[in-house]
Amino acid sequence: MRISTDTLRLAVPVASLLLLLAGVFYLQPRAMSYNGLNLLFNLAVPIALATVAQMLIMAVNDLDLSMGTFVSFVACVAATYLHDAPLLGALILLAAIATYAALGVIIYLRNLPSIVVTLGMSFVWAGLAVLILPVPGGTAPEWARAVMISKPPLVPMAIIASALIAVFAHLLIMRSSLGVLIRGVGGNQRSVQRAGWSIIAARASAYALAACFAVAAGICLVGLTTGADANIALRYTLLSIAGVILGGGEFTGGRISPIGAVIGALTLTLAGSFLSFLRISPDWQIGAQGAILIMVLALRLLLNRLESKGGKP
Amino acid sequence: MTLPMPPAVLEVVNAAVRFGEVRALDGVSLSIHPGECIGLVGHNGAGKSTIVSVINGGLSPQQGEVFSDGTRLAPYGIGVARSRGVRCVFQELSLCPNLSIIENTRIMHRNLGGFGWRKRAAAIILASIDAIFPDHGIDVGGPVGTLSIAQRQMVEIAMAFSDAGQPPRLVILDEPTSSLDAGLAAQLLAHVRRFVANGGAVILISHMLTEILETASRIVVMKDGKIVAERGAGGFDHASLVEAMGSAATHQTAARRAPAANQPVLELTLPKGQPFRACKGEVVGLAGLGGHGQTRLLLALFDRHSPQWWPIRNPAVTFVAGDRRENGIFDLWSILKNMTAASLGDLSRRGFVQDKAEIDRGDEWKVRIDIRTPDMNNPILSLSGGNQQKVLFARALSTRAPVVLMDDPMRGVDVGTKHEVYGMIRAEAEAGRTFVWYSTEMEEMQLCDRVYVFREGAIVAELTGDAISEHNILRASFEGEAA
Repeated sequence: MRISTDTLRLAVPVASLLLLLAGVFYLQPRAMSYNGLNLLFNLAVPIALATVAQMLIMAVNDLDLSMGTFVSFVACVAATYLHDAPLLGALILLAAIATYAALGVIIYLRNLPSIVVTLGMSFVWAGLAVLILPVPGGTAPEWARAVMISKPPLVPMAIIASALIAVFAHLLIMRSSLGVLIRGVGGNQRSVQRAGWSIIAARASAYALAACFAVAAGICLVGLTTGADANIALRYTLLSIAGVILGGGEFTGGRISPIGAVIGALTLTLAGSFLSFLRISPDWQIGAQGAILIMVLALRLLLNRLESKGGKP
Repeated sequence: MTLPMPPAVLEVVNAAVRFGEVRALDGVSLSIHPGECIGLVGHNGAGKSTIVSVINGGLSPQQGEVFSDGTRLAPYGIGVARSRGVRCVFQELSLCPNLSIIENTRIMHRNLGGFGWRKRAAAIILASIDAIFPDHGIDVGGPVGTLSIAQRQMVEIAMAFSDAGQPPRLVILDEPTSSLDAGLAAQLLAHVRRFVANGGAVILISHMLTEILETASRIVVMKDGKIVAERGAGGFDHASLVEAMGSAATHQTAARRAPAANQPVLELTLPKGQPFRACKGEVVGLAGLGGHGQTRLLLALFDRHSPQWWPIRNPAVTFVAGDRRENGIFDLWSILKNMTAASLGDLSRRGFVQDKAEIDRGDEWKVRIDIRTPDMNNPILSLSGGNQQKVLFARALSTRAPVVLMDDPMRGVDVGTKHEVYGMIRAEAEAGRTFVWYSTEMEEMQLCDRVYVFREGAIVAELTGDAISEHNILRASFEGEAA
C-alpha cells in the first residue's frame, strides 16, 4: 500500500522533532525528566497557538505580518486591563478579534495584498501596545498564571497543552464544515463561490478564528512570563510562518496541517535549546537556527518532489 | 405560448452582455424544458460560455430577464439558480484540489451540514459516481489533487448530478468529455439520456459534434453572441451543423503568395502529428479550436530559439502576446518605454540607453503604425485596447528578429486597427519576415499563406492557398469523429 501523501507530509516535521529531541537528550540527559521537558517546551505553547493562528490566515492564501505585534498587544492588554478590570480587558480583546474579521473582509473586497495590510496593522498594534504599557511590567491574571504553572501528574503541562492545541485545531480546521469551507477558499475560491457560499463570511471567520488563537497565545505568554512588554513577541511573526511551513503547510492552495503546525512550533523552540546546549554563542544562534530551518525545508522539498513523481502513474 | 408544454425549468429572455467593446451576448433567448437535452454548439467566442454563466447566475446580463417555472426571477444569482436545481460542470476544472472528494461534496451542497456530514456526503457522492460511471475505482476519501484529469472530470460530473435533498433539474455540461476516453464518455452520455428520460433537463456543450447529434433532443447553434439556428435533433446532420456554425463568409481576396520553395527558418517536430515548419517570408497560421496546443507550440518555438541564460545580440524570434493585460504591457510605463522594451540592446551604447535613439525610434513607429496619442510619454493605459495592441506590434516589429510569433494578438481589437495591422504583417512578410500566427478568427487564417490545423495538441491538417477556408478548417478541427 502506498503511504498517503498527508502522512508523508507529517513525517518530516515529526522526524525532525524527534531528531532534535534525541540530540538534546544526548547533550543534556537531565532534560529527560518531567521538569526538563516542561522547561524545554513551555515557551512553545504560545508559539504553537500563534502558529495555528498564522496557519488559518495562510489557509485562505494570505499572510499575516502583524502576528508578532498583535500577540505583543494582547500580552500587554492581558497584563494590564485583563488583570485590573477583566470585563474591560475582555471587551478590548473582543474588539481586536472583530478588527481582524474586518481586515479579512477589507482585504478581500478591495483586493488588497494581505501582507501590505497586515504590515501596516503591525505598526498600529505595536503603537497600541506601547500606549498601554510604555515600560515593561504589568501582572498576569491569576488564572492564566495558574494554568501555565500547573503541574499535572505524569506528563508536563507544556506537552499536554501542545497536544490539546493540536487536537482542537485539527478538529476545528480539518474536520468541521467551517474548516472545510476555509480551506476550500484557499484551494479554489471560485468553486466555493459558485456553490453559493459567501466568501466574505468565510474569510471573516478565518481571520476571526486566527485572532482568537492569537489572543490565546498572548494570554499564555503572559501566564508564563508573569509580565509583559510591548516587544515581547515580535519574533512570533516569522516563527509562526516558519512553523506552518515546517509543519507541511504551503503558502498557497489551502494546504495546511494543524498537527504539523504545532509540531513545527515545537521543533523551532527546541532548535533554540539545542543550540544553547551545543554551547554555540548567542551571536551565531540565529544563523544556526536559520540553517536548521533550511535543512528541514530542503528535506520537505525533496519529499514533495518524490510525492509528485509518485502521484503520476 | 399555445402549446400545452410544461413550464420551462429555466428561460432566458433577450439577454445581452457586453465586455467593453465586445458583444458577448446580443439579445439571446433560450428556454429549457423538463425532459430536454439541448445541444449548444458554436465556434470559440460564439457566446456559449457567456450564456452558461447567465443561466447559472454567475453573470448578470446588462439586459434581459430570467424565468423559472413561469415566474420571473429577480434578482437572479448563483444562490437562486442553485435553489432552482441548476447545476453546472465547467470547462476548466473547478474542484478544490486540496480537499478530499467528500469535503468537496460538502462545499457543493450547502445544506449538508450538521454532525456526521462526512458519512452522508460520502454516501451521496459515491451513489452518484456509481450511477454514472460504474467500476470507476475512485476512492472518495482521497484528496482531489492526486486524481488524474479524467478522474477529476468524472468526480465533477458526478458532483453536478448528485442529490443532497435538492435534486438537480437542469445540468449544464460544458465540454464534459474533453478529458474522458471513449468508454467513459459513452457512460456519461447514457446517463444524460436516462436523466432526461426521467424529466431532467441538460444543456450539453461539446465540440464533438457526434455526441451532440446523438444525445441532444434540440440543437442550438450560436455565433457572434447570437443564436443563428435552432432545430430538433433530426434537423441537422454533421455537415449541416458545421455549415451552420460557420459564417456565410465574405471571402477576403487577400494577396496570398504561392508558398515559395524556400529554406525553412523554423522547424519543430511535435510528439505526434505532422511536424511544424515555416519558411522565410511566410505567414503561417495556426488554426483549430482554442486550447488545442497552438499556444504551446508558440511557446516551444520561442524557447527553442531564444537564449536561455545569456543575452544575445541578434534575437531570432520575437513574441506578440494576445493577453496583453496579463503578459503584454507594463501597466505603469509610458507608451515609449513599452514599445522599446524589446530592442533596448539596439538602442544603447556601453550599457546605457541612448535617449535620442529611443525617442527617434518611438516617433518613427508612432507614424508607421499610427499610434493615436499626442505624446509617446503618456502612460500606456491612456490608449485604447486596440492602440495598446499596436504598441505591442511595434515592439515586436521594431526588433531585428526575423521571426514574429503571435498568440491570438487581435483579441478585443476593433476592426479598423485589425485591418491596419493586417496590411503591416503582409508588407513585413513581403520584406522577408516570417510570421507564425495563432488566431481563433477564421478571417485571419485566410490571410495566411499556409495554415496548420490543431486538434488535441497535434497538427492534423496542413492547408495551403485556396484550400484555406472556414469550411476546411472547421472540418479538420472536428475530423476526429467525422471519420
